[in-house]
Amino acid sequence: MSVITAEAEPEPGRKAVVRRAKVRFWDREAPLAYLFMIPGLLILLLFMGYPFFLGIYLSLTDKMVGFADFSWVGLENYQLLLEDPVFHRTVANTLIYSVVTVPFKLVLGLGLALVLNQTFRFSRFVRAGLLLPWIVPTAISSLAWLMLFDSVLSPISWVLREWGLIQNNINFLGDRWNAIGAVCVANIWRGLPFFAISILAGLQAVSPELHEAAALDGASAWQRFLSVTLPTIRNILLITTLFSIIFTFSDFQLIYVLTKGGPASSTHVFGTYAYQTMGFSALGQAAAIALSMLPFLALFAGILLREIRKED
Amino acid sequence: MVGSNVLTQRLLKLWIPLMLYGIFLLFPFLWMLIVSLKPDQLLLDTRRNPFALTSVTLNNYRYLLTETEFPRWIWNTMVVTVGATALSLVCSILIGYALGRFQFRGGNTIGIAIFLLYLVPPTLLFIPLSQIVSGFKLYNSYWSLILVYPTFLIPFASWLLMGYFRTISKELEDAALVDGATRLRAMTQIVLPLAIPGVLSAAIFCFTLSWNEFLYALVLMGSGNMKTVAVGVVSDLIKADVYFWGALMAAGILGSVPVAVAYAFLVDNYVSGLTAGATKG
Repeated sequence: MSVITAEAEPEPGRKAVVRRAKVRFWDREAPLAYLFMIPGLLILLLFMGYPFFLGIYLSLTDKMVGFADFSWVGLENYQLLLEDPVFHRTVANTLIYSVVTVPFKLVLGLGLALVLNQTFRFSRFVRAGLLLPWIVPTAISSLAWLMLFDSVLSPISWVLREWGLIQNNINFLGDRWNAIGAVCVANIWRGLPFFAISILAGLQAVSPELHEAAALDGASAWQRFLSVTLPTIRNILLITTLFSIIFTFSDFQLIYVLTKGGPASSTHVFGTYAYQTMGFSALGQAAAIALSMLPFLALFAGILLREIRKED
Repeated sequence: MVGSNVLTQRLLKLWIPLMLYGIFLLFPFLWMLIVSLKPDQLLLDTRRNPFALTSVTLNNYRYLLTETEFPRWIWNTMVVTVGATALSLVCSILIGYALGRFQFRGGNTIGIAIFLLYLVPPTLLFIPLSQIVSGFKLYNSYWSLILVYPTFLIPFASWLLMGYFRTISKELEDAALVDGATRLRAMTQIVLPLAIPGVLSAAIFCFTLSWNEFLYALVLMGSGNMKTVAVGVVSDLIKADVYFWGALMAAGILGSVPVAVAYAFLVDNYVSGLTAGATKG
């Protein structure tokens, strides 16, 4: 390629040589590729790579906010976490939060995708509408849930009271298990459309001919789903699920708005506990809490990467 | 007979499930709307039907727009979102082009590394990042978020655009090069215009993710009148135990509108972009 372009350059003299060198530079792929990546990689390095290692370093010190002096404490911050009952509960909550919500989101999202995959009037409009929970800022939609779960004003309690199912309002957010349940419902609500829309995209690849052939062979709708649809969207189901596990695991805003980790620090996840600890100005300790997510995240990311590579 | 059977099928398979999903997914928005339009005395009377809007007021919206910093928060969010989206798009187009169309050593590894970065959550980095941003004297400035948001926007946008660039035939570009066009010209005048749908998807994605981000905004730009919408609403409209429910819900409605509009127009585009990113990886 470079030869051809260089020869298409007729002018003689020094100018032409410079020009030719320039042309050649723009034609060689490797240097140009690296050049193109510099701006992006610089930002990633500065605001992702650097904080990552600084975080590890901070977690090994007793750094406090507002104090210049701090010293190396080795693994002490992590040892403290091993004996910290709030941290134990934080780990348990985060795992419960992910393990409970993801299957619901997967099954309900798949259902919604199958429903939306039919042709009907205003489908575009309906699709955009049902995507809303995932699109709008979570911190803001969580406020709607905050009110739906309010101990006095909750319309859910009102309906249940009207129907005679309960005598007094449910204290949704004032009790650990109620609060975890409430947070899970809000999370399913937010994440379900993400599953639906990703799976819907995957469903476009399902061959209608194969479906018809299977139908002619007398396969029921359920059998066709299992043998034609499911294998086609298997990868997208897996990838979406792993994505969702990672994002649910590292969630912050929903819990921050709904419970702030309360009552009595019983509903913290890693993010909110680290944030609260930072608020008490214990930076080293807070960094250690956040970094405790790393082994889990690495495990999920590893599985995800293997699945994506398999697909290639 | 056949007609009614088809109708029953249609009801069972489409309209009834659609309605149930609709109720679950849209109920909180309906509730926000009701509360935002409700006068306070109706709202606080717990014996009344909470869904009934016997009288309507725009007081909550008026209060929000004139007596809180809400307009300023919207402006702050706008500046940060546009800045971060523009910066991320430029970086991602370059990276996506390099990874999608150039053969070079380490290309695959860098591609996978960038994808993995997308999985790094803000919760992991916000503590050291707050130190770094103060160190650069950027705390509570627009630049803090404009520079930090690309860390989660670039990985996904590059990945998505890489997939898109790969779908554009290489022969077209080669033909231009043979005809004497420089690489840069071939890129900007032939490949890029064909990649517009992908770029648009990436732009919507960056826009909504920036608009919705919360933790970095809370930690890096969370004081005084520099708050973003999400942070401002959550931290300033809830004061201790006093909840301005009407204004909160009005803020919820108004704060959701920009992203909802962006999607409503471009949802199909978004889906095709997502497919390109998900399957061409």
